Amino acid sequence: MSESKANSTEFKHKIKVHEEIIRVMLFASAAASILITVGIVVILGRESIPFFADPRVTFREFFGSTRWQPQIEAFGVWPLVTATMMTSGIAMLVAGPIGLFVAIYLSEYATQRVRSWLKPVLEILSGIPTVVYGYFALTFMTPLLRSIFGNDIVEIYNTGSAGLVIGVLIIPLVSSLAEDALSAVPVSLREAAYGLGGTKMETALRVVLPAAISGIAASFIVALSRAVGETMIVSLAAGAGPNFTFNPFRAAETITGHIVRISGGDIGYDTLDYNSVFALGLLLFLITLTLNMISRRIVTKYREVYE
Amino acid sequence: MSEFATTNHYGTETDTRENISRRRTAGTIWRYVFYLSTSIAVMALVILILNIISGAFGYVAVKNTIEPETLSERGAPLTELSSEELIAILEANVSTGLLRRLNFEEPLAERSLDDLVELVRIRVVNPQIEETWNLFPSIFNRREIDEWMNTKAEPGTRLEFRVWLTARFIVSPQNPDPQFAGVRTAILGSLWMILITIVFAFPLGVGAAIYLEEYARDTFVNRIIRVNIYNLSGVPSIIYGLLGLAFFVRIMGPITSGAVFGASATTDPTGRTVLSAGLTLGLLILPIIIISSQEAIRAVPQSLRESSYGLGGTKWQTIWHHVIPASFDRILTGAILAVSRATGDTATLILTGAATVIFIDPRSLFTQFTALPIQIYQWSARPQGAFRNVAAAAIIVLLVLLLTMNAFAIIMRDRIRKRRLM
Amino acid sequence: MDSKTDTSEEFAGDSTEAGGSQDALKRAMAASTSATAAAPEDTDGGPVAVEIADLNFFYGDFHAVTDVSLRFRTNEVTALIGPSGCGKSTVLRTINRMNDLIPGTRADGRVLFNGKNVYDDDVDPVEIRRRIGMVFQKPNPFPKSIYDNITWGARINGYKGDYDELVENSLRRAALWDEVKDKLRQNALRLSGGQQQRLCIARTIAVEPEIILMDEPASALDPISTSKIEDLIFELKERFTIIIVTHNMQQAGRISDKTAFFMVNDKRSGYLVEWGKTRELFFNPKDERTEAYISGRFG
Repeated sequence: MSESKANSTEFKHKIKVHEEIIRVMLFASAAASILITVGIVVILGRESIPFFADPRVTFREFFGSTRWQPQIEAFGVWPLVTATMMTSGIAMLVAGPIGLFVAIYLSEYATQRVRSWLKPVLEILSGIPTVVYGYFALTFMTPLLRSIFGNDIVEIYNTGSAGLVIGVLIIPLVSSLAEDALSAVPVSLREAAYGLGGTKMETALRVVLPAAISGIAASFIVALSRAVGETMIVSLAAGAGPNFTFNPFRAAETITGHIVRISGGDIGYDTLDYNSVFALGLLLFLITLTLNMISRRIVTKYREVYE
Repeated sequence: MSEFATTNHYGTETDTRENISRRRTAGTIWRYVFYLSTSIAVMALVILILNIISGAFGYVAVKNTIEPETLSERGAPLTELSSEELIAILEANVSTGLLRRLNFEEPLAERSLDDLVELVRIRVVNPQIEETWNLFPSIFNRREIDEWMNTKAEPGTRLEFRVWLTARFIVSPQNPDPQFAGVRTAILGSLWMILITIVFAFPLGVGAAIYLEEYARDTFVNRIIRVNIYNLSGVPSIIYGLLGLAFFVRIMGPITSGAVFGASATTDPTGRTVLSAGLTLGLLILPIIIISSQEAIRAVPQSLRESSYGLGGTKWQTIWHHVIPASFDRILTGAILAVSRATGDTATLILTGAATVIFIDPRSLFTQFTALPIQIYQWSARPQGAFRNVAAAAIIVLLVLLLTMNAFAIIMRDRIRKRRLM
Repeated sequence: MDSKTDTSEEFAGDSTEAGGSQDALKRAMAASTSATAAAPEDTDGGPVAVEIADLNFFYGDFHAVTDVSLRFRTNEVTALIGPSGCGKSTVLRTINRMNDLIPGTRADGRVLFNGKNVYDDDVDPVEIRRRIGMVFQKPNPFPKSIYDNITWGARINGYKGDYDELVENSLRRAALWDEVKDKLRQNALRLSGGQQQRLCIARTIAVEPEIILMDEPASALDPISTSKIEDLIFELKERFTIIIVTHNMQQAGRISDKTAFFMVNDKRSGYLVEWGKTRELFFNPKDERTEAYISGRFG
């Protein structure tokens, strides 16, 4: 009796060791995600230090100059930043209103049947690889813009075409996140609005929309972050070569487009080009990280209100 | 106070009627705005797809460098010639260097008749594409094409209708001439890469999700992990590309090139291999797999866990025998969606050095490779029209591949669900 | 859902107070002023404000309400009572066409408001809903300021008057002014549940309806808030016609002039058993089902 008891405790102990090993392994998998972030920060930092430390580059020039021409050792980041602002700004002009209106349609107007096919269709739109959108920008959107505004005005590569197509790409992102926010508004608020004699439009736009505004803001910020980081569409359609311009019909290279062009070939390690790419990567990382953190903060805040 | 109830502050009946009809009109206008926006989104998808289909078919104006009928003495078409005649034509028209190379790959005398005809067509007849038209112009703008043929075409130019997406296109290796280019190396490269990505990211992602959902308490470290995963999911893929370039390609180069194993397939070992790319893409989709698996595990009812504990199951037994089987369909669906994202990702591959000109199939983890999205990118970026047609054909191949993966996910999910019900 | 458990949970305070005795009911009745004459079914009172005639209601194929005919007179409080699922809320919501908002529903029969069928083609439900206001079971203020909550309905409906005055008057009528007059710009969600419900009543009053529908307006509130709402209803009936759905028999007894009793038939469809003066229905029911229900709830 006592022997078997001893055995059983020993057995139990064994199980516990085995369980503990599994627990540690699973924790390690979860912690690996921290390692990725640390890896990104360390790598981007480490590889861009030589860039900023180089006598040919100064911080003041990097953030103050509107010329980026590595051949003549001009390293002002502004042309790349303005091009990024152009493409993502145009994208938001497209995807902000359209995405929001699609979300309102889905959440307030569409019947169950329409929703059941419309939502998968929008998912397809967001599941198509971005390089395909790049092809679309180059072979459809640019010729379209050129036929409307004239070949003299619209260059073959231009930020407008890239921006419009990025806009199409991020419509589903805005619409699905904004629809989540709208659907989270309790039905009782809609009833209250109808009960006071509100029309469907007044209920949707003057009660449901304001009640969901933080979630919608978060969806815009997430979409903006996605547009800023979008690479393939701009590298195919926006143009190769930094250009400080606010004309959407002219070619200009974005941060991402520049990184791809420079590192696309056989880039030599430890050259100024190589390190400049990491410095730009660091800048891009900080921009998108800030945007994502803002949206995250808004989302958690707005959840507190409704749950 | 009494005034309040007796006076009507909303005007007469006519006022009310006007007020309502104005609001109804505004409502109708807005409703059309919502319809229009939704139609634009749907139309964009339709146009995108039509544009691709249009690119994969259409007329081409072709001019042969040498007319095939002039090659043989009897003026017969190539397909009616014998092997000896074809070899004679090759020897007469092709440089000795190329002949030596062809003979080195496989002696001409041992090649099949079809192979020889193909060689003569590529190397000797060498048709040049003068101009291409997409499907829609080919159908609706025939007059313009005829006009081009009449005014701009050189003598000897013929108009042919081309289907760019053919079986030959899928099984042929890459070729600098768009007419003979294929995506076989790219498909194989993509498949290798997907495999590496799955093997790397799936266990790690599901493991992390299990930890976060089943073990993690609300401690500081765990909160950091959660926030971190969310932030990682929003990092642009090009940043992962930079990470892959600096870490897998450069720092881990000796391992990812296979040099330490003495297995390098290339004479110049670098870390720009299918292994580096696969691992980098694994990192890219890891947060997505974790988040979707977390959602899957969270959907498992608590009662299932409690009943397992009630029967004396340990934590891991409960997870392994109850939680994972109950959530596996959703985990799988989420993972396949994540892998589709990896399959279509291009920026990461460019940075980790997927080569663009590769004629050899990938044979090991340590080979240089190309992938479908890279091919599409390269071909789209070329100014010549024919490359755009080839790009469209490659896009269709890529989309079909993605569609197949998703269909597979749905079928697997349904099968698992059915089994669970039985 | 079982209505009895429902009520006992929500009104734990009430049921102990009532002690389940007839005395409690009498006390409740005494509070009701209109419990005067024992007239037969609806022949007295003011002009008819709303008349429901042969109403049948369907959720898809489900026949939810069968053959209901009822009259509501001006400046009276009518309570709709009955077990859960008896269709009393559905009937209430047909009056201002709130059920239109649920897809796949259909109302047959007539709901006459000032003699006009609200289901006629030329009637816009938007106008009906302004003139027949509604207060819901759970307080549902907009996540806006108290001030904006009151003015929302007024703004969309084209109010011609001073908004500050409107806000003050409405809040005073709803007995909320003294509690919130210093924080009109504060978010309404920060008020207590009872205050929120009075704000919802104030918001309804602000669009100057003729009739106010109340769908168990106190069921989510504590006993003290409930009694404040009841006092308020009592005052409001001077100016408005009130139709109230309640689970709570004591409440119906305390506040209503007329009561209509609904039940569910074997097809789960709700129908009207009988209706009349509250006092009569409670003490002298003509139908034994009413008697069984009332004595079951009180005894």
